Amino acid sequence: MSTATTHDDHHDHGAPSGLMRWVKTTNHKDIGTLYLWFAFIMLLIGGAMAMVIRAELFQPGMQVVDPQFFNTMTTMHGLIMVFGAIMPGMVGLANWQIPLMIGAPDMALPRMNNWSFWILPFAGTMLISTLFMEGGGPAFGWTFYAPLSTTFAPASTDFFIFAVHMLGFSSIMGAINIIATVLNMRAPGMTLMKMPLFVWTWFITAFLLIAVMPVLAGAVTMMLTDRNFGTSFFDAAGGGDPVLFQHVFWFFGHPEVYIMILPAFGVISEIIPTFARKKLFGYSSMVYATASIAFLSFIVYAHHMFTTGMPVAGELYFMYATIMIAVPTAVKVFNWTATMWKGSMTFEPPMLWAIAFVFLFTIGGFTGLMMGIAPVDMQYHDTYFIVAHFHYVLVTGALFAIIAAFYYWAPKWTGHMVNDRLAKIHFWWSVISVNVLFFPQHFIGLAGMPRRIPDYSLQFADWNMISSLGGFAFGLAQVFFLFVIIKTIRGGEPATSEVWEGAQGLEWTVASPAPYHTFATAPEVR
Amino acid sequence: MEKNDRKQANQRVVKRLGIAAVLMFGFGFALVPLYDVFCDITGINGKTGRIDMEEALSQQVDADRLVTVEFLATVHSDLPWEFRPMVRRIKVHPGEVTEVNYLASNKTENLVAGQAVPSLAPGLAAKYFNKTECFCFTRQTLGPGESREMPLRFVVDPELPENVRTVSLSYTFYQAEPDASGSTSSMESGGLESVM
Repeated sequence: MSTATTHDDHHDHGAPSGLMRWVKTTNHKDIGTLYLWFAFIMLLIGGAMAMVIRAELFQPGMQVVDPQFFNTMTTMHGLIMVFGAIMPGMVGLANWQIPLMIGAPDMALPRMNNWSFWILPFAGTMLISTLFMEGGGPAFGWTFYAPLSTTFAPASTDFFIFAVHMLGFSSIMGAINIIATVLNMRAPGMTLMKMPLFVWTWFITAFLLIAVMPVLAGAVTMMLTDRNFGTSFFDAAGGGDPVLFQHVFWFFGHPEVYIMILPAFGVISEIIPTFARKKLFGYSSMVYATASIAFLSFIVYAHHMFTTGMPVAGELYFMYATIMIAVPTAVKVFNWTATMWKGSMTFEPPMLWAIAFVFLFTIGGFTGLMMGIAPVDMQYHDTYFIVAHFHYVLVTGALFAIIAAFYYWAPKWTGHMVNDRLAKIHFWWSVISVNVLFFPQHFIGLAGMPRRIPDYSLQFADWNMISSLGGFAFGLAQVFFLFVIIKTIRGGEPATSEVWEGAQGLEWTVASPAPYHTFATAPEVR
Repeated sequence: MEKNDRKQANQRVVKRLGIAAVLMFGFGFALVPLYDVFCDITGINGKTGRIDMEEALSQQVDADRLVTVEFLATVHSDLPWEFRPMVRRIKVHPGEVTEVNYLASNKTENLVAGQAVPSLAPGLAAKYFNKTECFCFTRQTLGPGESREMPLRFVVDPELPENVRTVSLSYTFYQAEPDASGSTSSMESGGLESVM
């Protein structure tokens, strides 16, 4: 805590130089940058694994990798994208933007902030290192169901367990920091109901993280003792139950998907009003919708388990509760559309990504409704249909929102406008290829192709080839994105403080690039 | 907010949320007994019930109906025993108290303790299948080369739904800690006590 005080005492210096700046930094902008770069590197690593998966599935039969390694790829791709790319990406945005948006000089707990970031590279390295261990990396799917992850898993699984523990610590510390910042660091006059929606959605997400990351830590701890210390939490032979694992896992797992998407809702709720040049339609209903989605996320989790043989009463309850989530989500989509209605819209890159988000996320939402209906889920369960569903909500949902946020706030971060032509090439390249990649997976899923299998029967061949081609194009588009990012950091048309004509909010009142220390004196909010 | 007030407020938030995180970690483990209690009440998950002899004898025998009970036996790979039911399948009237035997033999030169864990299929019939005596209620210890008949006395509840005509009762024997106290070790007790 003493560091925070020293920081507040003399705030006229700029950024220190050298490598140790990044190791020792407690500055929210530095840490935000670190998080975002970490997320991007993980996106490329996880993406490379997806390329291996799509290469193997390009044709029926076994071509590129052996089945065990294929399963390792699907497992690691999922884990890295969820815990390495999307979650740290969102935390990076929170670190950069929340203090700027509520008029705070920094996060509430800067030293802890440094710690929660620097755990991540070690956890990530430990997770990826399992690939090079004897027996190979984890190959049981990112949901690591017992007994695949206990009795039948390779020795490297213990490293995976500790990596998850570390990721959990990092997330919990980050969440505590965000809640403390929002509660204690707001500028005078910034009441809760005046906060930008991005801050609101992250505030609610942070509570979700604190509620469920410890449960995940408990689940992997039980795995650890089952594997090494003779307990039988998930082993029927010792009086435990493998289905119990699924209950504990999905108690974490379902809120987790909202942890990944709620901040995305926040980003989109910032971007659309700016480029529609209208106030966000239904601000308070957005806040309440976010809170109700967060609440509902705790009581619907067993819709992931319809095929475990649960009683009909249970299926009915979880089906109705799940479909209820469509109501607050529809409120959000309605509000975004109503914000655009009769607005003076322009289509700068952030707005293009935001509109693509609204359209494509809604497709993912609708397929989610289909999966939520218990009797039909029996057919869709563990097919490519669910793969298509969650990639529509996580790639064209969460990832698109992070990319939109980059295009929206990058001028504030770097002081340079993003080259409009390159940004639009990146957008159209991505948005077309992502649909070529994931839309056909709906068809092959409905036709019965199971997920996590390296081979498939001949009737799925055409759509798989098309999907793979889309996958390679989408992967390459993100390498192009790296080029756009580096080009923007190194130069470009200087950005004004306001950056976008219709932009509202405190972050647009500071210079571009944002000075190392901002809001040393709290701004006055009307 | 004054700097000191803010520092205090931050510390308060960290403390409260830290406690919340620790409690949620505990909640993850609390799900284990909660799950067993839930399965016990609803009778799902193949966990059979235990009643005393008087209660079993007080049930009305439904002589018009016959239910087939099949017996299965599995030995966990760590346990060097042979284990099989003396009868594979019998027909019983609901409400009728029936006794059958399993045979277990220790194939080693050592004293070995084992614990049997039951499971009944179909799972929804489990709450209508009650035992008054079972070798699975306690751990069993067999001396070097010893064989023993292990009794099981059960009664099928006459309330068993009409559509269930066959139930399969399966036991898995796994190795238990070889101490003499007769209770299971603390690590294993979480799962064990509730499955009798």
